[in-house]
Amino acid sequence: MARGARPLTVAGLGSAALVAALVLGTVIAVFARAEGAGALGPADWAAIRFTLWQAALSSALSVALAIPVARALARRRFLGRGLLITLLGAPFILPVIVAVLGLLMVFGRAGWVNDALGAVGLPSVAIYGVQGVILGHVFFNLPLAVRLILQGWLSVPAERFRLAASLGMGAGAIFRTIEAPMLRAVLPGVALVIFLVCTSSFAVALTLGGGPRATTVELAIYQAFRFDFDLGRAALLAVVQLAVTLAAGALALSVAVPSALGAGLDRVVRRWDRAPGWPDALAIALAAAFLLVPLAALVTRGAPSLLSLPPVVWAAAGRSLAVAVASAALCLVLTLPLAVAIHRTGRRAGRGLEVAGMLGIAASPLVIGTGLFIVTFPFVAPGAIALAVTGLVNAVMAMPFALRALGPAVAEVERDWSRLAQSLGMGGWARLRLVLLPRLRRPLGFAGGLAAALSMGDLGVVTLFADGQSATLPLQLFRLMGAYRMDDAAGAALLLLGLSLALFWLFDRGGRVNA
Amino acid sequence: MRYTVSMLALVGLAAPAIAQDRPVLDVYTYDSFTSEWGPGPAIEAAFEETCDCDLRFTGLGDAAELLSRVQIEGPRTEADVVVGLDTNLMAKAREAGLFTTAELTSPEFDLPLDWTDDTFVPFDWGYFAFVHREGFTPPANFRELAESDASILIQDPRSSTPGLGLLLWVKTAYGDEAPAIWEGLSDNIVTVTQGWSEAYGLFLEGEADMVLSYTTSPAYHLIAEEDSGFAAAPFDEGHYLQIEVAAAVASSDQPRLAQDFLRFLLSDTVQSTLVTTNWMYPAILPGDGLPDGFETLITPDRALTLDPEDVPAMTETALAEWRAALAR
Repeated sequence: MARGARPLTVAGLGSAALVAALVLGTVIAVFARAEGAGALGPADWAAIRFTLWQAALSSALSVALAIPVARALARRRFLGRGLLITLLGAPFILPVIVAVLGLLMVFGRAGWVNDALGAVGLPSVAIYGVQGVILGHVFFNLPLAVRLILQGWLSVPAERFRLAASLGMGAGAIFRTIEAPMLRAVLPGVALVIFLVCTSSFAVALTLGGGPRATTVELAIYQAFRFDFDLGRAALLAVVQLAVTLAAGALALSVAVPSALGAGLDRVVRRWDRAPGWPDALAIALAAAFLLVPLAALVTRGAPSLLSLPPVVWAAAGRSLAVAVASAALCLVLTLPLAVAIHRTGRRAGRGLEVAGMLGIAASPLVIGTGLFIVTFPFVAPGAIALAVTGLVNAVMAMPFALRALGPAVAEVERDWSRLAQSLGMGGWARLRLVLLPRLRRPLGFAGGLAAALSMGDLGVVTLFADGQSATLPLQLFRLMGAYRMDDAAGAALLLLGLSLALFWLFDRGGRVNA
Repeated sequence: MRYTVSMLALVGLAAPAIAQDRPVLDVYTYDSFTSEWGPGPAIEAAFEETCDCDLRFTGLGDAAELLSRVQIEGPRTEADVVVGLDTNLMAKAREAGLFTTAELTSPEFDLPLDWTDDTFVPFDWGYFAFVHREGFTPPANFRELAESDASILIQDPRSSTPGLGLLLWVKTAYGDEAPAIWEGLSDNIVTVTQGWSEAYGLFLEGEADMVLSYTTSPAYHLIAEEDSGFAAAPFDEGHYLQIEVAAAVASSDQPRLAQDFLRFLLSDTVQSTLVTTNWMYPAILPGDGLPDGFETLITPDRALTLDPEDVPAMTETALAEWRAALAR
């Protein structure tokens, strides 16, 4: 194959290098500032064990439950389907404490479920404990799993299903010949992403875990910083977290095999096979109930105070929106070339790049934040760069998700269209504009929406840099809670939920114009 | 990256212009102190009326994060004054070696103990306590609580100031019996939250009978919300005392202003502001006393305290016991 100058590939290598520098460089900065190398105690090892097994279980459950839901959504058309898909994504993009409060309004000791059980004389169920951690993680990650697997289903060219229909294949045969190979290619990556999300989340484990049994690595890092001011141990734990990511990443990627379905006519999926409707309806109804009822609880709780929120909350909302949009744009600019580079550099180098793209998810926001702080503090006032740093770090943290959404689509386009593009002598901008971008609208919109919404709800790095003047909406929400103003906080949580969803919907919708 | 650069530029433009002609006093504090609903805005306005300076608050997480931040910044810190450390953090703060003596003319503190430290200036104080709704009959001490089936929400001592307060409360009250108390409490604890806000939020949503907070919490509901439906449970072993302190930073480029500000913190203006914004007792009772409603609060007979210098070692022991008891 003729290889000309490949600006996209070079840009992709650049963005992988930037992520690696940010993630690894900040760990090194923290180590350098630490006095002594730090050592891991028995409590740290207990935290590592707990982190791994709860993440594995949460990830397996989320993926297993997501398959029937994604399948149902992929082959059914009904009124409000688009809206439902957007709403189902909501838990993933919520700030943790908001989502936890929503969950507790439904599943808590004084929640709707226990009220209902009590009304019919049944004993109450306890959410706090390991079951709560898993429930919380499934609540957060089921939507992500559904969306990513759904992308896989939608990426199967319509011609396959038409051919299958004309061959008279039943649902079982279609599953074996078309859907199972697709799942085999998609699931390891999805499971990996969720596993990693669960290893680095800590507020869920802390609030729903019911005590120090449920200490995760991220929590141990936080404690090392905050409680012991032991930078060496914090950095060491961050390295453990990165090592887990690399190991899990290598494992998942070696299991994944590229799908071998061949090229199609680049059209939206239509299905001719007819399976009985009720299992699909049930899967969708159950998922919708599980994911949407806690959101409804948040809406009913927050609605009364939404319009009377103090002006500072609205100002913070505006700031958060600006950061979220900038962060989403940056995330796409970094991820698209990376996805292309992963595909073009061949199997071995491509995997290395893919792992680099995944680093953002394994990186502890606290370590990145502290590292950046140590590096930038001598030169700039932290408050002045609070929003820029938040945008940058959020972009890098959203990259793994964006990469999941973009990667398979890029591979598909490259495989199906690169020969034609080559033969027409298309390269650089023309190829990006005419071949890649039009076919990547859907995953680009999804990835951008995800990045924007994740950034909107983030409360990690900003707390290290914010000086009180540049508070974002999640920070303002926390301040309201800290000032006993729980009703206003519920209103702010609803505002945050609404804005995150609206941002996600706008991006996602933009990606699905004409589709 | 181009985007990063333009974002930086945007943020730079948006930053408020800083008056160059007046000296700037940088005060680091915890976030809720400087938020719209905390004492910060009123204190800033009042101090700037008299100081001919620009008082700039920087709000940073909670008390422990505040200290971590000052430690990371080290002698290069912009801070002239740090407001909002407490008695449990004083030993670590002293060890960091960043603070200098406060030049106060022997103030008459209204604290439950004699104050002798000349670096850290107490500005308000309170007792930790379990808060419950009216109508619930609270246990009279930790033993009764452990034997009852009352449910409680507490905070993690490793991530929360009240959480650490509870840990040391149990330890000072029970000493070697503390592990047994925690084992008894383990089935009363609904969950352990990261910070005060989460625990209090869950309590207000009805997740537990009691939440670890302050004896002054009911005053907020009474005064700000006109809701008399909350009370703090008096425990007969005494209540652990928290005293919040401020200190001047040794490397400050405004040492005079920093000292002025420490004195100002103890003025009637600030002290009466703190009562109804920070919801703590004033370190020096203002001339017009406490606001209506504070007389309804419980006043513990015994203040439990630790010598600040003993806190780090005691915390280490107590934390290991706490973790072992609750990990079962």
